[in-house]
Amino acid sequence: MSKENVLRVSDITMQFGGVVAVDDLSLEVNKGEIIGLIGPNGAGKTTAFNVITGVYAPTNGAVALNGEVIVENHPQGKMKNLYKGKNDGKYKDVKVLTPDKITKLGVARTFQNIRLYKGMTVFENVLVAMHMNLESGIFGATFRSGKAKREEAQMREDAMNLLRMFDLEKNKDDLATSLPYGKQRHLEIARALATKPKLLLLDEPAAGMNPQESAELMRLVERIRDEFDLSVLMIEHHMQVVMGICERIYVLDYGALIAQGNPEEIQNNPRVIEAYLGVDD
Amino acid sequence: MTEERLTARCLSKKTKYILSAAAIIAVLALVWVLEQNIPPTSSWSMLFTVIKKGAIYSLVVVSMNLLNGFTGLFSLGQAGFMLIGAYAYAIFAIPVEAKDSVYQYYEPLIGFSVPEMLTNAMGGAGTVGGTLGEYLGVIILMLFAGLVTAGIAFLIGLPVLRLKSDYLAIASLGFAEIIRTIFQWDGLGSVTNGSNLLRKFPTFSSSLFPLIVSGLCIAIIVLLINSSYGRAFKAIRDDEIAAEAMGVNLFKHKQLSFVISSFFTGIGGAMLAMFQATVNATPFTSNMTYELLLIVVIGGIGSVTGSVIGSFLFIACSEWWLRFLDEGQFLGMDADFMRPGFRKVVFALIIICIVLFYSRGIMGTREFSWDGVFNFFRTLPTRLVAFFKALPGRLVAFFKALPGRIVKFFKTLPSRISGKVKKLTGKTKNSKNNHINNTDKREEAQ
Amino acid sequence: MELLSKWLPYILAGISVGGQYALIAIGYTMVYGILRLINFAHGDMFMIAGLMAVYLATALPLYITLPLVLVLTVMLGCTIEVVAYRPLRTAPRMSIMISAIGVSYFLQNLALYATGGLAQTYPKIEWLARTVNVFGASTKMVTLVTPVLVIVLVVALVMLIKYTKIGMAMRAVSRDFETSQLMGIDINRVITVTFVIGSFLAAIGSILYFTNYTGIMPTSGGMPGLKAFVAAVFGGIGSIPGAVIGAFVIGICENLIKGANLTTFSDAFTFVLLIIILMVKPTGLFGEKNIDKV
Repeated sequence: MSKENVLRVSDITMQFGGVVAVDDLSLEVNKGEIIGLIGPNGAGKTTAFNVITGVYAPTNGAVALNGEVIVENHPQGKMKNLYKGKNDGKYKDVKVLTPDKITKLGVARTFQNIRLYKGMTVFENVLVAMHMNLESGIFGATFRSGKAKREEAQMREDAMNLLRMFDLEKNKDDLATSLPYGKQRHLEIARALATKPKLLLLDEPAAGMNPQESAELMRLVERIRDEFDLSVLMIEHHMQVVMGICERIYVLDYGALIAQGNPEEIQNNPRVIEAYLGVDD
Repeated sequence: MTEERLTARCLSKKTKYILSAAAIIAVLALVWVLEQNIPPTSSWSMLFTVIKKGAIYSLVVVSMNLLNGFTGLFSLGQAGFMLIGAYAYAIFAIPVEAKDSVYQYYEPLIGFSVPEMLTNAMGGAGTVGGTLGEYLGVIILMLFAGLVTAGIAFLIGLPVLRLKSDYLAIASLGFAEIIRTIFQWDGLGSVTNGSNLLRKFPTFSSSLFPLIVSGLCIAIIVLLINSSYGRAFKAIRDDEIAAEAMGVNLFKHKQLSFVISSFFTGIGGAMLAMFQATVNATPFTSNMTYELLLIVVIGGIGSVTGSVIGSFLFIACSEWWLRFLDEGQFLGMDADFMRPGFRKVVFALIIICIVLFYSRGIMGTREFSWDGVFNFFRTLPTRLVAFFKALPGRLVAFFKALPGRIVKFFKTLPSRISGKVKKLTGKTKNSKNNHINNTDKREEAQ
Repeated sequence: MELLSKWLPYILAGISVGGQYALIAIGYTMVYGILRLINFAHGDMFMIAGLMAVYLATALPLYITLPLVLVLTVMLGCTIEVVAYRPLRTAPRMSIMISAIGVSYFLQNLALYATGGLAQTYPKIEWLARTVNVFGASTKMVTLVTPVLVIVLVVALVMLIKYTKIGMAMRAVSRDFETSQLMGIDINRVITVTFVIGSFLAAIGSILYFTNYTGIMPTSGGMPGLKAFVAAVFGGIGSIPGAVIGAFVIGICENLIKGANLTTFSDAFTFVLLIIILMVKPTGLFGEKNIDKV
C-alpha cells in the first residue's frame, strides 16, 4: 500500500532560546489522507504548523512538499551552543521560504484563534486568497484591462461557488467579523481552499463547537478532501472528531512525538493516556 | 413605510455614470463661472485659494491614506516626498534666462527648462502650439516629479518597509528629515539652490488645473483600491500574518503601495510648488506630515471620500473660516488674546477633540456612493418624523432625571476628590522594607 | 596634543548635549516600555518647559522660577496623559499615536501663538553659564554639570525601579500590561508615575539644554525630541541604561561631525544611525526580542 507522499516533516526541532517547543518531530502525510496531530495544551502542535507554513524557521530539520524541500535549517550562530535537540549536523542547507511562497506551492492553513480580515466582507476575504494566482500586473488591474476583467470575473465566480458550498452566500456582503463564531471558522476554511491547496492544515477547526456542529464539520472535512482532491493535516482536541475521520494520528507531548498510528492504536497506547491524564505516582 | 426604509434601493450602473459625469461637469463649470465673476479684490477670492490648496492637499492626503488607511503602513515620510516632487518639478521648469537671477550664489547645473524647450519646439512663445507645448512640458515634468519621488521611495522602502509599525513611523520620519537636509545642503547648491528659494518657474492661475489633475490622480487611486491589489493591501492592513498565509507577498505589496503613494505625493508636491510659485525646503517638516496625518484622521482612516472632504474642510478652516480668530475682534469687541496664531491653537484643540471623541472621523471607512445619497434623502422624512415624535419623551425623561443626577454628583464629589488625592499622595514612597511588609499583609489578607 | 586641543571642545560639547538628550530619552523609553507608545509630544513638552522658564523669569527670581518650571512641567505631562492618552487605553495603538501627534501639533501651535514665532532668549543661570577651563578648552559650567547630574539621576531612577514597590509594578506592567492589571496593579497610577518621572527629567534636560543653546523657537522641541527617541531606540527601547548610552553616542558623534565641518549632516547622521541600528539589530543594544504569537 504505497501512496504518493505529499508532506514529509523530518527531524524538526524548534527552539526559542533555551526552550524546546518542538523536539525532533517527523511526520508524513500522503495523498488523500486526513491526518490528526494531537497532544495536550502547549505540546507544540501549532508551532509545528508554523514551521511547516514558514512562519518560524526551525532550529534544525527539514520539511518537504511533494518531495521538494521547502524548509531546511541547522543550528547556527548563538543557537549552536544552545541547541539541545538531536540530529545535529544531519542537515547542511539553509532554506526557509516565506509563508506566501509556501502557500503558492500548495499549503493552506487556518488559524487556532481565527484570523479573518476584520475590515473586509466575507466575499472579499475569499477573493484575497485568490489574489496570488492573479496574472495581470498592477497596471492591468488598476486600469481594468480585458485580461484583468476576465480574471476578476473568474475570481468572483469561483469565490461565489466556494461561499455556496459553505452556505455563506447570504452573508456575502457582511463584515467577516460580524458572522457567528461557527461560520467564521467555516469562512476560514473557505478562504484557505481559495488558494487551491494540495495540503490543508486545520488548526483546531472544531474548537468551540457543540457535538452536532462537530459532526457536521467532520462530514465537511471529508467532503472537502474528496471534492478538492487534497490531503488534510489537522490539530484537534475533540477526540470524537479526530478518532472519527483521521486515518492516522500523531501524538505530541512536550514537543516530542510519543505515539503514532491509527485511531485504535492511539486510544490504547499507555503513553498517550499518561500524557493526557497523568499517572499515579 | 418601514419596509421601504429597510430596503435600500440601488441605481443602475448607467445612471450612476451619468450622474457622476454630470456632477463633475457641473462642479468644473461652476468653478469656471465663479472665477470669471469674482474679482481678486473680493474677500470671496479666498474661495479659490481653498479650492487650489484643497485639491492639492486632497491628492496628498488620499495617497497618505492609501498607505496608512488601506495598507496599514504607519509611514510619516509624506512631507519629504512632497519636497522631492516640488524640487523635481521646479529645478527643470525654471526658464533658462531666469536661472541666473534664481541661482544667485551658485552656477546652475541644469542648463535647460523642459516647458521652455517644448514651447520653442512647437512654435515658440505666444503661438497656440507654443502654449500647448508649455502645458505638455508642465505635465511631463509633473509625471517626472512623480517618478523621481517614486524611485527614491523605492530605495527608501527597501530597508524601511521591513520594520514593524512604530519603527516604520520613526524611520520614515527620519528619512524625510534626511531628504530635507540634503536638499538644503550647500554642496548641491548648483542643483537645489541650497537653502535659497527656487522661483520663476511656470505656475497655474486657474483653479481648474489642480482640480482636474488631482481628480484624475484620485480616480486612479480609487481604481487601484477597488482592484485585486487593493484587496491585498487591505488584507495586509487587517492581518499581516493571515495575508501572508493566503499567499500575499508582504514585501512586494507594501513596496507597491509605498511607491504608488509616493508617486502621487510627488505630483502633489509639484502642484504645491506651482501653487506657491516658490519652493524652499524649510516648511516641509515633520509638522507638515503631522498635519496631513491629522487630515486623514479627520476624514476617516480608510476612506478616500473622507480624505477629500477632510482636506477641503481643513484648508477652508485654516485659510479662511477661522481667520477671524486672528484679527483681534470678537463680536465687535476688541480681544487682545485674538492675535495671530490664536486660530491655529483653536484649530489644534478642535483636532484633538476629533481624535479623542470622534476617532472614526467624518466618514469612517465609508465611501461616497449615489445609492447612499439617494437613500439618505429618500428616508430623511421618515427619520425626521420619527426623531421629532420621540423628542418630547426623551426631553421629559432627561429633565426628570436631571435633579437626581446633579444631587448625586455633588454628594459623591468630596469622597471622590479625597480618594483621588489619597491615591496620588499615599503610597509613592515605599522603601524596600515597606514593600515586603505590604506584600506580607496582602498575603495574610488572602 | 594638537589633535586633542582641536577635538576636545567638540567632545565636551558632545558629552554635554548627549546628557541632555539622555534626560529626554528616558521619558521616551519609559513611556514606550509601558504603553508601547511613541510619545510624540514629549519633545514639545521639553520645549514648553523652556518657554515656561522664559516667561516666569520675567516676573520671578530664578530660584523660584526653576523649581516652578519642574512642577509645572510635571503637571503638564500628567495632564497630557490624563486628557489625551487615558481615554484611549483600549483603542488600537495607532489611535494613541495619532493622539500623541495631535498633542504635539497643539503644543507647537500654542508656543507659536505665545511667542509670535520669534525666538525667545532663555534666562541666564549664572552658575551654569559660567565659563570654565578644561584642559585648555574653555566651556560653560553646564558641560561639566550635565554628565554628573545625568549619572546621579539615572542611578536614582534605576534604584527606584529596582527596589521600590512602584518600580516593581512598573517592571511588571512593561512586561505584560494585561496580566499586571489582572494581578491587581493600579495601571493608571503606574502610568502617572511614569509620566511624572519622564516630564521631570525632560524639564531638567530643558534647563541644561537651553542654557547651552539659548534661543527657543516653537520648533525647538522637535529635533532634540527625535534625537532622544533615536537614542532610546539605539539603546533598545524600554531600557534606561540603553537610552543613556545611546544619547551620549548620538551627542558625541553629532558634535564630532560638526567639528569635521559637516554641520549640515549632523542632524541627518542621527537618522542614518537609526536606520542602521534598525536594520542590523532592530531590538537595539539592550532590547529584548519579542516573538510574535501566531
